[in-house]
Amino acid sequence: MSVRLTNRSVEVNRKPMTFLESIYLWNILKGMGITISHLFKKKATINYPEQKRSFSKVFRGLHVLNRDAEGRENCTACGLCAVACPAEAITMEAAERLPGEEHLYREEKYAAKYEINMLRCIFCGLCEEACPKDAIYLSQTFAPANYGRKGFIYKKEDLLIPHPVNEKEAYEKALGNKAAKNSYTKTNNSPFGDRVWE
Amino acid sequence: MYFLSIDWWLILEKALLIFGIVGLSFFIAMYTTYAERKVAAWLQDRRGPNRAGPFGIFQPLADGGKLFFKEEIIPLASNKALFILGPALAMITALLTSTVIPWAAPFHTKSGGVIPMQVADVDMGILLVFGIVSVGVYGIMIGGWASNNKFSLMAAIRGASQMVSYELPMGLALIAVLFMTGSLKMSVIVQHQIEHGWNIMYQLLGFIIFFVCALAECNRTPFDLPEAENELNFGYHQEYSSMKLGFYLFAEYINMFISSAVMATVYFGGYDIPFVNEASWGLSSFWMTFISFSVLMAKTCFFLFVFLWIRWTIPRFRYDQLMNLGWKKLIPLALLNMIITAAVMLWLKK
Repeated sequence: MSVRLTNRSVEVNRKPMTFLESIYLWNILKGMGITISHLFKKKATINYPEQKRSFSKVFRGLHVLNRDAEGRENCTACGLCAVACPAEAITMEAAERLPGEEHLYREEKYAAKYEINMLRCIFCGLCEEACPKDAIYLSQTFAPANYGRKGFIYKKEDLLIPHPVNEKEAYEKALGNKAAKNSYTKTNNSPFGDRVWE
Repeated sequence: MYFLSIDWWLILEKALLIFGIVGLSFFIAMYTTYAERKVAAWLQDRRGPNRAGPFGIFQPLADGGKLFFKEEIIPLASNKALFILGPALAMITALLTSTVIPWAAPFHTKSGGVIPMQVADVDMGILLVFGIVSVGVYGIMIGGWASNNKFSLMAAIRGASQMVSYELPMGLALIAVLFMTGSLKMSVIVQHQIEHGWNIMYQLLGFIIFFVCALAECNRTPFDLPEAENELNFGYHQEYSSMKLGFYLFAEYINMFISSAVMATVYFGGYDIPFVNEASWGLSSFWMTFISFSVLMAKTCFFLFVFLWIRWTIPRFRYDQLMNLGWKKLIPLALLNMIITAAVMLWLKK
């Protein structure tokens, strides 16, 4: 006799089936009752492209390079994100801001080239944590499919947030995600937020 | 002057009926594939195909179109003539069985003529269905044999033995019905039920046996051993592609439709409308025919739904379970049913 770990265990019934049991009819009818009840249950799936489930508020998606309120790039090409990146997905080249470029870059140094390889990236968000200038954050969209590997190396143009003054609408749309994200820390402590299932 | 002596109206009438019924069989089979996917989805809390047209109703057209444009492959080592004969035979036998089913109440013309809504009211009626269905097994056997593939051959052997085994209890269950109606003619069986009540009231056990055997004859789950996906790789139609595969799949759905119609006719009163005396309504003959046809279709569709419902409920039987159920359970039950019916009939006659 083996030791019983719980009192929930049930001995398997190995008695030979009676004739009525062996024609399976009653058990089949019971099973059919279960399946037909599912006909009237709520569907677990949604019509995907028309309806979408919202992500969790802590979802980490595509990277966005941030600008300040006047539309100047925050990034100073310090390289902390590249160092923090465990997948070594980020490369950048720094350049010095020239006179007359003050409206483009917030500080004297900026990233002339900034690339993230989305095939390497593991969306851990360490770059966002490492950034001292609030220049990079992870949004709530994910990288779309692509035909070639090259298409997954995102350039600075792909990552930069729209200009807040010149492209106000696009900027606010992009910011919508970040605003929601920030509100999580203040109001909602559940990591799943108000996740919607239907 | 021989041509003039032929009743051209009869030929036209029958031709129209044949085209109508074949068209109907194809249409129903098409939408049973759609219904299969929808019902499967609903029973599994999903939504099912809903992209092609409103609610996905053009899905069967898309599926059929896909099959037409698929590359047609005939294996090099196969027997080509038999390889092509297999699906053709499956399709022909599936379509042939619809000949003896009375689809609606006879249509009375104004000149006093009667047009039966049945292609052929032959005396052997239901036996003809049995005969053709047993030829249908050759579609599977020839296809499986000609594919020159061990899985297909195994499936063909399984299919043949399964269909032979289940025809026996099916016939025995039917004999009890024939005791009551006294005729093999389908029209007489329906007429008898209209006068004396449906056969299901007297032959519940017989119907259950018949239904189980119909599942096995159509190779439907839980008896779909010939095409068992997980151990035989789709079985006898493994080597088939394009519309030949389509023919096999389609023949299965047509078989389902016809066996549903046969069950509705033999056990559920055929085109009879339950609980009412429709003759007292005083409707014109056209409407009577139309309504009785719709009633038969409603009964048939219900059985089709039960077929699908069972498919998405019960897992496949093991081969020994299948044979045990057929030979050790269903045949004794069917024999018992037959003897009891015979005894009761004798007792009532005395």
